Amino acid sequence: MSEIVLQVENLHTSFFTNQGEVKAVDGISFFVRESETFGIVGESGCGKSVTALSIMRLLQEPGGRITGGKIILEGTDLVPLSKKKMRAYRGRMISMILQDPMSSLNPVYTVGNQIGESIRLHQALPENMVEPAIIESLRLLKIPTPETMLGNYPFQLSGGMRQRVVGAIAMSCRPRLLIADEPTTALDATIQAQYIALFEDIQKKTNVAIIFITHDFGVVAKMCHRVGVMYAGKIVETAPTREIFKAPQHPYTSALINSVPRLDRKDERLFSIEGQPPSLLNLPPGCRFAPRCTVARETCRQQEPPEVSVGADHTVSCWRVK
Amino acid sequence: MADVLLEGRNLTKHYPVTRGLLQHVVGWVRAVDGVSFTIERGKTLSLVGESGAGKTTTAKAVLLLERLTSGTILFEGKDLYKFSHSELKTQYRPKIQYVQQNPWSSMNPRMRLRDIIAEPLVTNTKMDRGEIRNRVGELLANVGLDPASIDHYPHEFSGGQRQRIAVARALGLNPSLVVLDEPVSALDVSIRAQIMNLLKDLQDKYNLSYLVIAHNLATVRYMSHDVAIMYLGQIVEYGDTEEVFQKPLHPYTKALISASMLTLPEDEQEVKQIILTGEMPSPMNPPSGCRFHTRCAEAKEECSRDIPEMVSVGVKHMVKCHHHG
Repeated sequence: MSEIVLQVENLHTSFFTNQGEVKAVDGISFFVRESETFGIVGESGCGKSVTALSIMRLLQEPGGRITGGKIILEGTDLVPLSKKKMRAYRGRMISMILQDPMSSLNPVYTVGNQIGESIRLHQALPENMVEPAIIESLRLLKIPTPETMLGNYPFQLSGGMRQRVVGAIAMSCRPRLLIADEPTTALDATIQAQYIALFEDIQKKTNVAIIFITHDFGVVAKMCHRVGVMYAGKIVETAPTREIFKAPQHPYTSALINSVPRLDRKDERLFSIEGQPPSLLNLPPGCRFAPRCTVARETCRQQEPPEVSVGADHTVSCWRVK
Repeated sequence: MADVLLEGRNLTKHYPVTRGLLQHVVGWVRAVDGVSFTIERGKTLSLVGESGAGKTTTAKAVLLLERLTSGTILFEGKDLYKFSHSELKTQYRPKIQYVQQNPWSSMNPRMRLRDIIAEPLVTNTKMDRGEIRNRVGELLANVGLDPASIDHYPHEFSGGQRQRIAVARALGLNPSLVVLDEPVSALDVSIRAQIMNLLKDLQDKYNLSYLVIAHNLATVRYMSHDVAIMYLGQIVEYGDTEEVFQKPLHPYTKALISASMLTLPEDEQEVKQIILTGEMPSPMNPPSGCRFHTRCAEAKEECSRDIPEMVSVGVKHMVKCHHHG
C-alpha cells in the first residue's frame, strides 16, 4: 500500500461571529495516500470548502480559526507552523484549484507570467530555465501550442482552457497534494469529461495525491478512489467509492445517492430528503442528521454516534450500524 | 393527434457583431439557426446543450423577450407575430410564465413575499385586495410553504424555499406554459429532488406545459417527455425522452450521455467512455457541413462538405446526421 501523504486528525475549525461560534468543521479525520484521489462530498455549508481552506491555512482572519486537531503533511504538522514557514509549503507542497477559473486568474497578467510566478517563488531556477518549466507544465495539462499560450491573457481563453491554466499553475511545482474545490462545476458536460480524464492522466504521471471536493456523485464515481461524505461539519461516512455506491451504510449517504436522478434508468419518483441541513449555530443534540432521518430512534436524538469501522477503509457514524 | 400548445417553426436569431466608431456590422453570431419544436399541453419539452448552444435564446424567443430574425411561433395554432399589442397582453403573456435559474437574483430583496407573489396579479387582473390576499395564501400552500410567511422577505428563506416562491409567483395567473431556465442547478443536491417532485406534481395538478432549459441530462430524463439536444444553434436530435436516451443516434447525444453517465470504477471496461476532443466552435463562424464534424469521432469526408438534413427516424424521433445508422 502506498505511503500516506496527508493525515488529518480530529480537525476543528470555527468562525467567531457576533451570533456566536460557528463550528464549520467539527472533528473530522481522514487521510490521503500517494496517487490516490479522496473525494469530499456534501451540500453547501457542510464544511467541505472550510476543510480545504484549513489544510491550506488560508482561513479568513480574524474570525476563522483552527481550534484543534492536526494536519500532518508527510510527517509535518501544518497547524502550528508560522505564516512564513507555511508559505514555503503552499504552492510547492500543496496547491489548490478553485471552482471559477475566471476569478482565480489575474485578468491583467499573461498566462506565462502567472504560471512563472509560483515557479520563480518556489524553485531556485536560473531565469533562462523558467520558460521551459512553464511550457513543461502547460504540456502536462495538454494545452495545445504552449509556446503561443504563454503570451495569452485569460480573457482570450475559453472556460475549459482557463481551468487548464489554473491546473498548470497548481501543478507547476509538482506538489505532493492537490486540493481541487469543485473544479468542474463551472464547466460544460463534455469539457468536464475531458478535465477529469486529464487529471487521471496527470496523477499517473506525477503520483500526486488529490483531495476532490464536489457535490456531484457522478464526478465522484468517475474520479475518486475513496470518498468521505460530510454533513453539518462532520464526516458521516468514509468508504471506497465502489462500496459507497453498492452498500452505503449511513442513511444520509443513501438518501443523497437516491435523490439524484439517474441517467441510466427512468425514475418514476425521486426520493427526496425532507427539511434542510441544520444551522451550524444551533446544532441538534445527538446525530446531526436525526431531524431529517427517516429511521432515527430516540438514541439518535440524544447522543452523538461514535465512528465505527465496518470494513477495510470503511467507517461510519450512525447508531444503527453496529 | 397530440394536443399542441406551442410550436416553433424554423426559429432563427442572428445577432450583429459591430466594430469601430460607426458600428459597422462585421459579422453575425448565429445564436439560433433554424430550430423547430412543439410543446404539447401538459407535457415537458427540454432543451439540452452546452453553453452557447442557443437554449436560452430559444426560450427568450418564446417569452417574446427577444425578437426573432426569422421563423414563426404558433400559440394554440395562432401566429404570435400577428397578435396585436393588446392581444399579446391579454391572451399570450399571462399564459406564459418564467422561472429563472438563480433564486437569489430573481426576487427584489426589498419586497415582502406577499408583494412578490401578488405583483403579476396586480398588473394583470382586476382582483381586489382581499381576493389577492387569498390567492397568495393559496399559491404558497400549493408550493409547500406556510401561508403565514407572507410578511417575510426573500433573505429569510433558503435556496429551495426561494425557488418555491418563484414557482408560486409564476403560477399566479394560471399559465399554460412555464419556462424553467435551469430550475434546480443553483440548488443543493438534497433540495433538487424536492423541487423536481414539486414541479411534476404541479404539472399533473394543473395540466401545465413546461419548457425546461437544462444541461444536466439526468434531470432532463426525470423531468421531461420530449427532449431537444442542441449544438451550436441547431437541434441535432429531437424526440421522445425515453427513446432518445435509450437509443441515441447522433454522436453528440451519445457523447453527452456518456459524459454524464454514472460509471463506477469497476464498470469502466464495460462502458466505454466517449470523450470529445476540442471545444465548441464559435457561433460567429460555424464549421462547414455538419457543425459537429470538428469534434466528431465518426466524421467522414462528406460531413465537412454537406449540411445534413433533419431526418425522421421514428414517431417523433429526428436526427441531423449523415450517419444516423
